[in-house]
Amino acid sequence: MSQILVITSGKGGVGKTTTTANIGVGLAMRGHKVALIDTDTGLRNLDLLLGLENRILYDLVDVTSGRVAYKKALVRHKKFENLYLLPTSQVKDKSAVNPEQLVTLCAEMKKEFDFIIIDCPAGIEQGFKTAIAAADTAIVVTMPEISAVRDADKIIGELGRADKENVKLIVNRIRPQMVEKGDMLDMGDIDEILSVACIGQVPDDENVVVATNRGEPVITMNGSTAGQAYKNIVARICGENVPFLKPQKEGFFARLKKLFGLL
Amino acid sequence: MLDVLKRVFGMSEKKSGAVAKERLQVVLIHDRASISPEIMEKIKEEIITVLSKYMNINRADMEIALENDSDSVALVANIPVNSMRHAR
Ligand SMILES: Nc1ncnc2c1ncn2[C@@H]1O[C@H](COP(=O)(O)OP(=O)(O)OP(=O)(O)O)[C@@H](O)[C@H]1O
Ligand SMILES: [Mg+2]
Repeated sequence: MSQILVITSGKGGVGKTTTTANIGVGLAMRGHKVALIDTDTGLRNLDLLLGLENRILYDLVDVTSGRVAYKKALVRHKKFENLYLLPTSQVKDKSAVNPEQLVTLCAEMKKEFDFIIIDCPAGIEQGFKTAIAAADTAIVVTMPEISAVRDADKIIGELGRADKENVKLIVNRIRPQMVEKGDMLDMGDIDEILSVACIGQVPDDENVVVATNRGEPVITMNGSTAGQAYKNIVARICGENVPFLKPQKEGFFARLKKLFGLL
Repeated sequence: MLDVLKRVFGMSEKKSGAVAKERLQVVLIHDRASISPEIMEKIKEEIITVLSKYMNINRADMEIALENDSDSVALVANIPVNSMRHAR
């Protein structure tokens, strides 16, 4: 049975596109046939993260408006041959694709793909409504930061109102040293507040920037903590029971505080 | 001495992570109940209408808000009464 996932967040810039690219590559590396659909019309980015920006001929709007068949618009990844991208238009805006069009498209693509992953734009307007329409699972990406969690809560509410029952959470850009000092919301806090099943805790990692620079998602970089976290997320999506990564070793201040705690 | 040390290492003050959590819990109660300031104002007006039948209340100093105790939500109203009306 194929699955349609939407990666969403409410707040902008928390890592939806990064998450989409990494999960897509990870599933393709495991041999699944994967299509990624960029629905951030007007602000196209997923092509860049995958290093496919120079190979785009047609886009999502060409497909939904009936100008070309979706297979013609798909861009196949050079290295991961099971991975395809359906880029969006960089010139049109969010109103160019409506929810029904995406539902129809995904129903057709489902016959060919094991996974369809939809990268959602920020916000809760039309672009969001279109992006979630076809999905059977929604993955909400947030950061351990007060406004990002609030927006995630809002999105979770919206997903509920849209009858999306299968909702999962990924917390991105965790900084273990700050969590340890008590200066960042920790997983327990976020769990308690949002009470949505968490499938990923991704540390803040410079390698994400390096990977983006190269157009090769961080999941392909050995030794990167974010890459490992994405591998674990992919395993969980595939139904494996993987324990969460241990936070890295404690910082200087934590040790010092413990010392004083003994007095 | 220990107090000074504690302050230096930020132990006496509540950690910002805990502050964030508390603030989130409160703000989400409002968000989730989606009680807009307009609706809150309406609730206030209706309470005033009902109470005014029985007493003179001080509208200016009246406070009403959703409050979040550790594990429960309460609508807390503080309504100063100027005088009681005679029973009709
Ligand atoms: N785990 C991470 N560690 C370090 N940097 C990260 C991490 N995740 C994302 N970033 C960086 O954060 C920025 C935003 O990421 P991304 O574009 O994936 O977010 P988005 O949610 O898709 O944004 P938008 O709402 O604009 O679509 C990028 O510069 C990205 O490299
Ligand atoms: Mg994006």
